[in-house]
Amino acid sequence: MKYLHLVWAALFRRKTRTILTLVSIVAAFLLFGLLDAVRASFEEAGQSANGAQRLQVGSKLSFIQTLPYSLEAQIAQVPGVKDVTFANWFGGAYQDPHNQVFSFAVAPNYLDLYPEIAVSDAEKKAFLATRTGVLVGERLAQKFHWKVGDRIPMQSTIFPDREGSKNWTFDIVGILHSTDKKSGGFFDQMFLLNWKYFDDTTPFNHGQVGWYVTRVTDVNRTDAVAKGIDALSANSDHETRSQTEQAATANWVKQLADIGLIVRSIMGAVFFTLLLLAGNTMMQAVRERTSELAVMKTIGFTDASVLSMVLAESVLLLMLGGVLGLGLASLLVPFVSAGSGGMLNLPTVGASSWALGVGLMVLFGVMVGVVPAMSAMRLNIVDALRR
Amino acid sequence: MATLIKIRDVSKLYLRGKQKVEVLHHVNLDIAEGDFLALMGPSGSGKTTLLNLIGGLDLPSGGSITVGGQRIDQLGATALARWRASQVGFVFQFYNLMPTLSAQRNVELPLLLTKLSGTERRKRAAIALQLVGLADRATHKPTELSGGQQQRVSIARAIVSDPQLLVCDEPTGDLDRQSAEEVLTLLRALNRDHGKTILMVTHDPKAAEYANSTLELDKGTLVERQLA
Repeated sequence: MKYLHLVWAALFRRKTRTILTLVSIVAAFLLFGLLDAVRASFEEAGQSANGAQRLQVGSKLSFIQTLPYSLEAQIAQVPGVKDVTFANWFGGAYQDPHNQVFSFAVAPNYLDLYPEIAVSDAEKKAFLATRTGVLVGERLAQKFHWKVGDRIPMQSTIFPDREGSKNWTFDIVGILHSTDKKSGGFFDQMFLLNWKYFDDTTPFNHGQVGWYVTRVTDVNRTDAVAKGIDALSANSDHETRSQTEQAATANWVKQLADIGLIVRSIMGAVFFTLLLLAGNTMMQAVRERTSELAVMKTIGFTDASVLSMVLAESVLLLMLGGVLGLGLASLLVPFVSAGSGGMLNLPTVGASSWALGVGLMVLFGVMVGVVPAMSAMRLNIVDALRR
Repeated sequence: MATLIKIRDVSKLYLRGKQKVEVLHHVNLDIAEGDFLALMGPSGSGKTTLLNLIGGLDLPSGGSITVGGQRIDQLGATALARWRASQVGFVFQFYNLMPTLSAQRNVELPLLLTKLSGTERRKRAAIALQLVGLADRATHKPTELSGGQQQRVSIARAIVSDPQLLVCDEPTGDLDRQSAEEVLTLLRALNRDHGKTILMVTHDPKAAEYANSTLELDKGTLVERQLA
């Protein structure tokens, strides 16, 4: 600690260069904090106490393949299955195809399996009683300024009605409220329509469902229940794959993109550039202090202490920038979540992200400092003083 | 006076490309404790090389160097660094102060290698600065001081850990006459009043006059020894 003022003074010997390097490090670790939150957000998707009780049953071939409606009664008979419901992807967009909406045609009992979605009894009754009725998520309603009683047009990007038009009309009969903050981002954006109306209206469906959702009686028996359900369709033209909600979400996300790989690739490129930049800064900083380092050795600083001080300088550089960057990410995460209109529900930069971040700061500090530190350690006093 | 430095048959070879250049040829020399010795000679005569060997900055190619009873030519790099920290103070031609540190912090530098507390370090640095007449410049950075003042700070740094030996390489080489005289007067006071043994390389005969004795090197050999 008694050398700290020396290390600090050396670090800010060239203020402009150090500050510019620090800004780069702050930017890199800010990006790391935000992207790690995105990765964690996708990893956490589907992880909830309620989600653990649910199994998703979809086509083994692809999540866009449908399953026969007749399977519902058979799934309900599988030992360990408490409830069954089903849904279809509707592919809705409001006013503009870019305004994609998470819209599903659902069975009448769909909400029974999702206690984390709250809706009043009156609105639920109205939904079941109104063929063209829809329940919409709170944030979605806010986004498009919808209210109960509104009749709204909705374009399906996939399904036409019997006249061949993809423009559908619905009546808003209720608002969905999420009771689970973690998954709230998704539920608050949902748009639920009656499956019966959907199935009767589009000529493209004919008694097909997109996927089933079951609630199990015992969460410890989900594997056995999943096998039992999949056995129903074994060797048929509609083989199923049953998996936990968490696994299904992870697979679904993976079919869209490998978020972890994307995050790792981006951060790999960012950190590689950072290493070059900070390494160059440290090399220059040590090179232009050759005579000062020689003087320190002259007055009795050992090779090891000179090596340690240069390494401490580079670690301090990375730590300063890194902690600022991660701190900034912690502050920005709630704003990013809020700014996404509920599409992203990023977790705060947690202890594991901080631990990984600090580990990376120390590792990069050592990597960046090791070459200049070695050259400072090996510095020949007589030669250096002559320069 | 007891002998502080004993140099026996010391040679120093440098490699320039594939060629070996002998800078010092079998030098023998005794320097008494409390002496103020000026080392003179033309450029390339080996003055600085001899100074570096006595200060433990370099090792001889042959022969032995004993300072205060310690064979410094047999010490390893770490032991030699520790020996320098406690036994030798260095004064350079271009002062070689840390530009980012205040005069006080520069003077404290050698004390960081001791077990002294921060308070004690600051106290001793303040005394050293007072001794060189710069107590009122303690918070100034080197760039805020004149050349003469910077050299006096470097002398304070050299004496702060109370070494027996001061090694000065052209300490007035970068100073005007008045500043040079102030620095030389200070060195003489340190020698006379505080008993420091001083070895000073200089080109300037006027500077050499401040020493008790002068030694001349030519082509790596001691050629003349005379009392001042």
